[in-house]
Amino acid sequence: MTAPLPGILADNPQLDRWVVFMTPGKVAISTGRVEFGQGVLTAMAQLAAEELDVAVERVAIRSGDTDGAPNEGYTAGSQSMQAGGIALRQACAEAKALFLARAASALGCPAAELTVRDGRVLRNGMPTAHDYWSLAAAVSLATDATGAAARKAAADYTIVGSNAPRLDLPAKIFGQPIFIHDMVLDGMAHARVVRQPNRGATLASIDEAALRRIARSPVEFVREGNFLAIVGDDETAVEAAASAASDHVIWRGAEPPRALQQEAAWLLQRPSVDRVIGAPQPQSPPRGRQVFEATYSRPHLAHASIGPSCGLALYRDGHLTVWTHCQGVYPLRAALSRTLGLDPQRISVRHVQGPGCYGHNGADDAATDAAIIALRRPGRPVRVRWRRQEEFAHEPVAPAMVVKVRAVLDEAGNPADWTAEIWSGTHQGRPGGGANLLAAEALPNPPPVPAPTDVPESAGGGATRNAEPLYDIPQKRIIHHLVPEVPRRTSSLRGLGAMPNIFALECAMDELAERAGRDPVEYRLARLADPRGRRVIERAADMANWRPEAPRGTGRGKGLGFAQYKNRAAYAAVIVEVEVEESVRLLRAWCAADAGLVVNPDALINQLEGGIIQSASWVLKEQVRFDNDAAGPIDWDSYPVLRFSEVPEIDVQLVDAGTDVPLGAGEATAGPAAAAIGNAASRALGIRIRDLPLTRERIMAELLRQ
Amino acid sequence: MATTVAFTVNGRSVNVAVAYEDTPLLAVLRNELRLMGTRFGCGLEQCGCCTVLIDGKPEKSCMRPLSAVAGRNVVTVEGLGTPDRPHPLQQAFLEEQAGQCGYCLSGILISAKALLDRNPSPTRAEIARALDDNLCRCGTHNRIMRAIEKAAMRMRAGVRA
Ligand code: FES
Ligand code: FES
Repeated sequence: MTAPLPGILADNPQLDRWVVFMTPGKVAISTGRVEFGQGVLTAMAQLAAEELDVAVERVAIRSGDTDGAPNEGYTAGSQSMQAGGIALRQACAEAKALFLARAASALGCPAAELTVRDGRVLRNGMPTAHDYWSLAAAVSLATDATGAAARKAAADYTIVGSNAPRLDLPAKIFGQPIFIHDMVLDGMAHARVVRQPNRGATLASIDEAALRRIARSPVEFVREGNFLAIVGDDETAVEAAASAASDHVIWRGAEPPRALQQEAAWLLQRPSVDRVIGAPQPQSPPRGRQVFEATYSRPHLAHASIGPSCGLALYRDGHLTVWTHCQGVYPLRAALSRTLGLDPQRISVRHVQGPGCYGHNGADDAATDAAIIALRRPGRPVRVRWRRQEEFAHEPVAPAMVVKVRAVLDEAGNPADWTAEIWSGTHQGRPGGGANLLAAEALPNPPPVPAPTDVPESAGGGATRNAEPLYDIPQKRIIHHLVPEVPRRTSSLRGLGAMPNIFALECAMDELAERAGRDPVEYRLARLADPRGRRVIERAADMANWRPEAPRGTGRGKGLGFAQYKNRAAYAAVIVEVEVEESVRLLRAWCAADAGLVVNPDALINQLEGGIIQSASWVLKEQVRFDNDAAGPIDWDSYPVLRFSEVPEIDVQLVDAGTDVPLGAGEATAGPAAAAIGNAASRALGIRIRDLPLTRERIMAELLRQ
Repeated sequence: MATTVAFTVNGRSVNVAVAYEDTPLLAVLRNELRLMGTRFGCGLEQCGCCTVLIDGKPEKSCMRPLSAVAGRNVVTVEGLGTPDRPHPLQQAFLEEQAGQCGYCLSGILISAKALLDRNPSPTRAEIARALDDNLCRCGTHNRIMRAIEKAAMRMRAGVRA
C-alpha cells in the first residue's frame, strides 16, 4: 500500500535531502523551515526523533540553505507543522523502513520482528549488533520516497507532545554569537545604504568630500543608478557618514507620503480592483428586514523587529553567497537572480537567525543590498546593517484595512445574510511575485511595477483571510477591493488580513448580541455548530469566570474574541479584562486554543501568548504615521510598542482534540485578542470605538463626540 | 584622535586602541573585543538591547563614548555566566523557556541583574518597571518576569551567582 506523498516531499523526494546518518551517534536533518524564535527547529527535531526512534539530542538540524535543505518556499502562515512537518515525518519513516529492511536481511528475519530504540535495532525486543550508524554504509538514502512506509500512529508518540527545551535558546540566553549581526567574515567590510526616498526619486548629487570628513576614517561610495552605499572597514565611520547623508545627498523627485494617507479611511477614495467571493449579491435590498452596518479599520502597521535588518554577501570566483535572516531562501535566490542577472546556479543563499520578523520585513532587502555591494567588490565580503530609522521608513508595512460589515437579520433577529466589504493594499509583497526587492527599484532599469495581486484564497487569502464568519449564517460573501496604489510598499504581517477581519467580525458579533439583548458568549454559541470552536469558547469563558450579567459603562469590563485561523487552522478564544479611564489598561487575559496534535505544548503556549501581547500592542498603540515629513516613524518614540508594565498576566490552556493532525497555530491568537480588547473596551466605556489604535487621543475624541 | 582606553570587562582588564575616543562602547564591545552578546537594536538609547552594567548600574552602550568608561568596570551578558556555570537568572530563563527570538534577552538579563542586586525580592510590578526601558517585540514579557521571580527566590535562598 502506498499513500500519496505529502506535497513538499513529492517536490523534494530524495530521502538524503531530508535525513542522513553521517556522524556516529548523530542524525542530520534538513528542513527548508527556518527559525525566527517560534521554536520550529525544535519541533522538527522532535518529529524526526519520534519517527526514527532516537533521542532528540541526537538530532542536528540544517535549515534554510539553497545548497542543501529542501525547497519549502516560505516559513510563513503557520504552515510549518501542517505541511513541512508531515513531509519530514514521512521522509524519516521511509528512511527507518530502509534501515530495518537491511537489518532484517543481515539477521535473516522478517522486518516485522525488528524495532528501533534510540537508534539501535532490536529483534523481538532484544539487542542486536546493528544500529543506524553501523548500517549506514549499506543503506543508500540517495533514493526517492515512495509513500510505502507508514508514519507512526499518534497513540505511539513519546517525544511528540513533550516539552523538549528549545534548541536555539541557550545560545540566546548566554549571549553567544548566534545572530546574523554577529557574523564576521575574514576581511569583511561594513556598509550602510543611503536609501532612495521613494520609487522614482533620482540621485542628483553627493558631497563625498563632506561625508568623508564626517567619517574621519576611509570610506568608499558604491553607486549603481540610484542605489548608493557607504562602505568601509570601520563600522563607526560608516555609520557616521550614513547618519549625515541626508544633509549631503540631494534627491530629485522625492515625494514623502502625506499625513492624510496615514488614515485607513483614505483607501475608500482610491481606485481598486474589485471582486465578490461567496454568495452572490442579493438583487434587491431586503424589505422590512433589519440591517446592521458598521465600519471598522486598522492603520498601517510596522513589523518593527527589535533588531534592524542585516545581510552579508561575498562574490568570489563568479559565485555569489548571501547570508540572510529572510523567511524563504529559495524565493530570495530566484528574485536575486532576476534582479542581478546572475544564473541561480551561481547564487547560494544561507539562512542565519535574526530577530523576530513576524512576516515579510526588511530581511530580503538587506540581503539584496549586500549582494549588490559584493558584486562590485569581488573577493571582499560585506555586512550591511540597516539603521533603525531605515527599518521604520523602508521595510514593507502591513497594509491599512477598512472592513465594513453588513448583516441582514431575519424575522427572529438572527443574521441571515452577511457581507464583509474590505478595502486594502496587497498583503503579498514578497520577492517571488514581482521582483519586489527594495534596492531593485534604485538600480538602472528598475523592474516594471508588478500588477497588484493578493494571496489567493486557496492559500488562506490576504485581505480576505478570516473575513468569512465561521458562524452558521445562511448567506455569506466577501467584497474585496484591492487598492493597488498605496503610500508605502505593503506586505505580510503575522496573520495578514486575519487581525483586522476578526476584529471587525467579532466586534460586530458583540454589537449584534447587544442589540438582541443577549450575552456575547451565549449569542455566539447559539450560531456555532463546529464543536471544536464551541469548546474553546466555553473553556475560555470558564477560565475567565465569565458572567453574562456584567454591566456596561462601569470603566471596567471583559470582552471575548474567537476565530479559527484561516477558517481551517487552529482555534482560539481569547478573553481580556480591561480598565478604561482615559486610556485602556489591560488587567488580565485568558486564552483557550485547540491546535490539534501539538508537538511541543510549552513552545506553542509561548507563541500563543506572544501573539496576544503583540496584538495588544497593535490595538492599543501602533500606527505608521506620515505626519513628520519622513516616510513613516523614525524611532521607538514615534512608533511606541507595549512595555513590560503594560502587559497583563495571561493564562493559556490547550484543549486536547484527540487528533493526530497538527493545525498551524503561530498566528491564531492575534485576531481574537484584538477583538477581545475592542469588545472589553466597549463594555467598559459603554461606547463602541471601531477604529484602531485605541489610543488615549482616540478615546477622548470619541467620548467628546458621543 | 587615535587613543587607548583602559577599562575592565567581565573582570578582565583591557586596553583598547580606537581611532576616536567617541567610538560608542557598543561598537568597541562587538567589533574590537568580539563580545557579540550585547546586541544593537536602535543606536538611539531607546530599546535596551545594548544594556550593560557600568560600575554595577544598567546603562545603554550604543551612544556612550568609549572615553566615558575609562577606568570603569563593565559587565556584559557574557560576564553573567556560562552554560557550565549559569547565573541563577540564566538558569531560570532556561527553565522557564523565557525567550522567543531572544534578541532582547541580553539587555534584559543585565537589567534584571541590576534589579536583583539592589532589590532581592521585587514584586511583579517592580520587575516590570525595572524592565520598562527594555523592549521585547515577541511578547515574551510574562515568561521573562516569571523567570526573574524564580531566580530572585533562589538567590534569596542562597543560590550563588
Ligand atoms: S541599541 Fe542601545 S538602546 Fe537600542
Ligand atoms: S524574544 Fe524576541 S524581542 Fe524579546
